[in-house]
Amino acid sequence: MYKEVLRSIENIEIYPIISLLIFILFFLGVFLWAMRMPKEHIDYMKSMPMDDEKLTNNQP
Amino acid sequence: MNEATLEKFQYDNKIVKYFGAATMIWGLVGMLVGVIAATQLFLPEANLGNPYTTFGRIRPLHTNAVIFAFVGNAIFAGIYYSMPRLLKAPMWNKTLSWFHFWGWQLIILSAAITLPLGLTSSKEYAELEWPIDIAIAVVWVAFGANMIGTLIKRRERHMYVAIWFYLASFITVAVLHIFNSLALPVSMFKSYSAYAGVQDALVQWWYGHNAVAFFLTTPFLGLMYYFLPKAANRPVYSYKLSIIHFWSLIFIYMWAGPHHLLYTALPEWAQVLGTVFSIMLIAPSWGGMVNGLLTLRGAWDKVRSEPVLKFMVVAVTAYGMATFEGPMLSLKNVNAIAHYTDWIVAHVHIGGLGWNGFLTFGMLYWMWPRLWKTTLYSTKLANTHFWMGTLGILFYALPMYVAALTQFLMLREFDDMGRLAYGNFLQTVVELVPMYMLRAFGGLLYLSGAIVMVYNMIKTAKQGVFQPSEDDQAPALQKAYNSKGEFWHRAWERKPVFFAVLATIAILIGGVVEIIPTILVKSNVPTISSVKPYTPLELEGRDIYIKNGCVGCHSQMVRPFRFETERYGEYSKAGEFVYDRPFLWGSKRTGPDLHRIGGKYPDSWHYFHMMDPGSMSPGSLMPPYPWMVENEMDYSDLSAKIRTLQKLGVPYPDGFDLEANKNLEAQAAKIVKSLKDTGVEVMPNTEIVALISYLQRLGTDIEATAEKQ
Repeated sequence: MYKEVLRSIENIEIYPIISLLIFILFFLGVFLWAMRMPKEHIDYMKSMPMDDEKLTNNQP
Repeated sequence: MNEATLEKFQYDNKIVKYFGAATMIWGLVGMLVGVIAATQLFLPEANLGNPYTTFGRIRPLHTNAVIFAFVGNAIFAGIYYSMPRLLKAPMWNKTLSWFHFWGWQLIILSAAITLPLGLTSSKEYAELEWPIDIAIAVVWVAFGANMIGTLIKRRERHMYVAIWFYLASFITVAVLHIFNSLALPVSMFKSYSAYAGVQDALVQWWYGHNAVAFFLTTPFLGLMYYFLPKAANRPVYSYKLSIIHFWSLIFIYMWAGPHHLLYTALPEWAQVLGTVFSIMLIAPSWGGMVNGLLTLRGAWDKVRSEPVLKFMVVAVTAYGMATFEGPMLSLKNVNAIAHYTDWIVAHVHIGGLGWNGFLTFGMLYWMWPRLWKTTLYSTKLANTHFWMGTLGILFYALPMYVAALTQFLMLREFDDMGRLAYGNFLQTVVELVPMYMLRAFGGLLYLSGAIVMVYNMIKTAKQGVFQPSEDDQAPALQKAYNSKGEFWHRAWERKPVFFAVLATIAILIGGVVEIIPTILVKSNVPTISSVKPYTPLELEGRDIYIKNGCVGCHSQMVRPFRFETERYGEYSKAGEFVYDRPFLWGSKRTGPDLHRIGGKYPDSWHYFHMMDPGSMSPGSLMPPYPWMVENEMDYSDLSAKIRTLQKLGVPYPDGFDLEANKNLEAQAAKIVKSLKDTGVEVMPNTEIVALISYLQRLGTDIEATAEKQ
């Protein structure tokens, strides 16, 4: 019965195009944001696996 | 930060040790079964003369053992080691950890028992029957709950990239497992897929493709992002790249599934979408590979002396090769060559032996001495293992590429008269025997290397003292946290639940786009009026076909190429599979396609062929199935099977479940008579009778239409 519902949607082909657009916008968002990330934060995140032995300070 | 706010806690090493040991033990078992299966391909006698260890049944045993037992336990060992250390908090609940460990081992054990017994759904990498499927779901949720609990109790505000990969893997595998395993049980050990034919194929390969993505790829990328920087003792090359490639990878992966079904009834736009997204996948996959390799910049001298890094470098390189090859294989013209041949086998083993195997070995070599507070027993042995493994991969993969191209070129060759140059499929298989021998040797070399590792690990453990727990301390997370000026990702990294929801949305968008055509596909499958449900005897025969894993070597999908229609007959139509639960299209042809086998040979041919394939096809590599003549078929649950199928919408008339036995016996008597006419005496209630009835039915429905016209 949900099959009938979906089948009755016209122009279902538009859905992949919409999701492709969602993906591109999302990707651009993540990309721009990653590029604008402050360096200290990057360095902090990068060093996480190395912090086992020494004490971490709870930085921002 | 003052000392008073520091909290002391301990990391649990015991669970890591157990998962690590399970990785090694199941690894050896899985690889050994693989070597036996590979040997049977040139020496059928290696099946030890019984149904339980014959190729069709141990091939799924091998794939399940290496994927879920070897790689699965390695993932858990790595996560239980790295996650607490990255979050500055022990795993949330020890009871859950141990429930997870023993539950998972019990599932593996039940798989190792049920698969040789022939209890299988036959859907690749999802063969286990429904009670085990439910157990997997329960244990998987326990694992997820333990991770989420740890995240809530964490002392480190931000989540390192490895943890995103772990979370995304957990969520996606749960979604995939549930959707693909939907089935209606007949009894404790038998069920019929909720989907039929083309639909079943689509759901299966949406699962199959993404199981590779989210069980063999994303968790291992997480492990790479933790253990590679650890081993190289320098941070990951680019954290920005890791963010971008994480989101693109989980977003795009879900879309690419249809590339397993090119040249099928799938709507054209969905096929194109699958190919386009497969090509796009190169970018995020290589993002991960480049990030891994560049982490070693300036540390290449260490790679020469440190076995851990050697293993990891080859692993990441193999990942890069496999993720370049994958998109290439999804191009329609390349796919036409590779599909059903040994190329696919080579492709998955570059990924499996290279990426998963070698990263696991690297991780174990790094972790084991630390758990026992000692050094590695022998670096020399580890280096020996490295070379055995590397040569093993080469000896495995190269012959498979040669085999694939040889066979493809032979299969499509026509002579001057316009006939197939090699009309008998067997002519092409015989040609591949030396390649199969080399492949088995490669596998044996790889297995031997793993044995050397296990010896090294035992010795390492013996010379050290096991540290059941490790102390650490960190300040508690402050509640009042000023998040001003933090946006987007930086904020998400602090909010695991929100992060998990976002990741779920990302994978579901791709999933929905693939599932919608799946649901719609019925409207795209032209109904063929002459296609009728299987008779009770044929149904039993089909279940025997499933039980013996015939689908492991024989496809039932003639593609619309001249060299296939000349060889097998009319190409397969989507409408012919509407009563196939599960679908049996197969993914590899070690023997010929069987979709048009019905009516091609007399019943007696099938009888003698099953008794001794060599008697009908000299030189055949198919194992004989003499026990099918003696084994009585058990059709006590036939009525239940009919009722289950009726519930799923198969149009058997009302009350047919009660007549089914009579119907079966009548049809069996006919086959017994036709065999007797050719001088073969056989009991009507034996497996062979049901199997012959199924084989003779295969692909004959559309002939009925043609005759009518």
